[in-house]
Amino acid sequence: MNAHKEILVRKRFRRAVAFSLIFSLVAVIVVLISLNTGSISLSPASVWQTMMGYGTNEEKMILFDYRLPRIIITMLAGIGLGVSGAAFQGTTRNALADPGILGINTGAALGLIIFVSFFRTMEGPLSLLIPIFTFAGGTLSAFIIFLFAYDRHRGILPIRLILVGIAVAAGISAVTLILSLKLDEETYSFAARWLAGSVWGRDWIHVWSLLPWVALLVPFIYSRSQTLDILSLGDEIAHSLGSHVTRERLLLLGTAVALTCASVSVAGGIGFIGLVAPHIAKRLTGPQHRYFLPVAALIGLVILVTADTIGRSIFRPNAIPAGVVVALVGGPYFLYLLFKSKG
Amino acid sequence: MKSYSRLGTYLWFIAAAISLLISMFLAVSYGAKDISLQSVWAAVFQYDSSLTAHQIIHELRLPRVLGAVITGMAFSVAGAIMQGVTRNPLADSGILGVNAGAAFSVAICFAIAPGLSYWGIIFFSFIGATATTLFIIVLGSSTPGQLTSLRLTVAGAVVAAILHSLSTGIAIYFDLSQDLAFWYAGGVAGVNWEHLRVITPIVLLAIFWAVMIGRPITFMSLGEETAVNLGVNTGRIRIVGLFIAVILAGSSVAVAGAISFVGLVVPHIARRLLGPDYRVLIPFSALLGAVLLVWADFASRMVNPPQEFAIGAMVALVGVPFFLYLARKEGREL
Repeated sequence: MNAHKEILVRKRFRRAVAFSLIFSLVAVIVVLISLNTGSISLSPASVWQTMMGYGTNEEKMILFDYRLPRIIITMLAGIGLGVSGAAFQGTTRNALADPGILGINTGAALGLIIFVSFFRTMEGPLSLLIPIFTFAGGTLSAFIIFLFAYDRHRGILPIRLILVGIAVAAGISAVTLILSLKLDEETYSFAARWLAGSVWGRDWIHVWSLLPWVALLVPFIYSRSQTLDILSLGDEIAHSLGSHVTRERLLLLGTAVALTCASVSVAGGIGFIGLVAPHIAKRLTGPQHRYFLPVAALIGLVILVTADTIGRSIFRPNAIPAGVVVALVGGPYFLYLLFKSKG
Repeated sequence: MKSYSRLGTYLWFIAAAISLLISMFLAVSYGAKDISLQSVWAAVFQYDSSLTAHQIIHELRLPRVLGAVITGMAFSVAGAIMQGVTRNPLADSGILGVNAGAAFSVAICFAIAPGLSYWGIIFFSFIGATATTLFIIVLGSSTPGQLTSLRLTVAGAVVAAILHSLSTGIAIYFDLSQDLAFWYAGGVAGVNWEHLRVITPIVLLAIFWAVMIGRPITFMSLGEETAVNLGVNTGRIRIVGLFIAVILAGSSVAVAGAISFVGLVVPHIARRLLGPDYRVLIPFSALLGAVLLVWADFASRMVNPPQEFAIGAMVALVGVPFFLYLARKEGREL
């Protein structure tokens, strides 16, 4: 029996490593393609040369000032969304949970617009504060949602959670748009584009405002893999295994909200990645968080970078927000899950 | 069951009609530009096209207020019918994705054939609405096991999100985005007399038709079995009802964009005031819906004049809390 179990564990571990390697490779390819696309194309060779410091001044400028910051933002946001989606699904025990559908994104948008109305800018060192504001907005929206979706006797009801999330998203995005219109026409149009999911962060400062959140919170969630495993078994089992269910759940939910809000703060309101990435990862490597979380992060990265590249390149000269491309794939997948699940 | 007296019904109708008239009067009188009440009256009844003030009233404010009246009627009656025939208290043409389907095909029309006539646009809007409705019905019926209304609502909302996202993509790609407000949540700012001439008869006829089948819809809203026992051909009424709802939603979206939550909120209030009889409920919902949208449009102009704000977002401010309340109430039976 024990030997059998050991074989199983080893097999899972090997699968996880294999898929991590595969998706790392895919990620490298996608990022290289993405670096290569744009109004002026840079071949992989010249990207490499420029990275090593041998490029022309023009190449350096294109790569370091324009393309690289944007791609790093997309990569980080993809990782953040993939992991936070997994954390949402684990903690709420809801296979359909996704920060976009649940309205966390629009809460973040509200925070962003409040930031703009305070500081009147989205550039410069003040941008480092953006994730804090989006986090506050996202927490507000999460709070409202759980308030309405919580049932005293039966806890959080899965379908009601989704329904309430959709409605709260509509309400908060209305408030956001009103506030942004109060500011000026440009902010209004920015808010509308943000909600459609267009990656707007372009400068290094936006990379720096996002990086610490992803660098701290993703490992934190990963370190709680076992807790997530226990929580997804259900409250009763978690209790009997000696887990502080409520405390752990709140902590992880808060972390997931923070990670989501930081990711979307500079990347735009992108939904469905938090849904799709963990599901695919789980399917490939099994339900244990410590195996599928890294794969989910990589898949999130691949999806968002690909969507952004497609949105920028195929539809030239106008770009289509990455969120639209993601929704085209993620939306039907959500419907599939919705109708596949019973009860 | 609470009884609803005939006198009370008449009084509510009179009250609703009067408040609609007052709302329309206020909405025509006030706007970004100050115009004296005398000129407003003169512009409405003795129109002189050489005066700017008269032109503003006649060409801008009057059509948009009438547009709000007509589309408000259409959306709320569509919602009332959908709630009745699907027995889903959360049904609304916006929430279930019908509006988004119509808006999506309107977006395609604007992008591919910008010179299309209003009839053409309404036709395509109607096709989009029909296709989405069919899609959601098929989704609902092809699922094994019982499909709760909450689940269907979630499906509709996600279909709406996908289509909305696509419309935004089209609007941004084809640079229709200077009017992003319209794509985001609709607006009656662009309504002109030509639109009104086309949609008013359609909407009024459809509402009339809905009242005609009000009796069977009432029975259906009380329960499938009750309706069958009372001799209602439920399948036929459901199809006809949804068809009317699609006509109403489709034609309104073509001129005012996808406005959600009107069709959700209004029928519930009407039902609470006048009871479940759809012969009364439908015309009363129409009046209330008109009042609601006139006010929403008025508010959207006055938030930050002279800028326009998306009317749908205004309605959402009222509609979302209401929806949350209903969802919570419904969730008990989940």
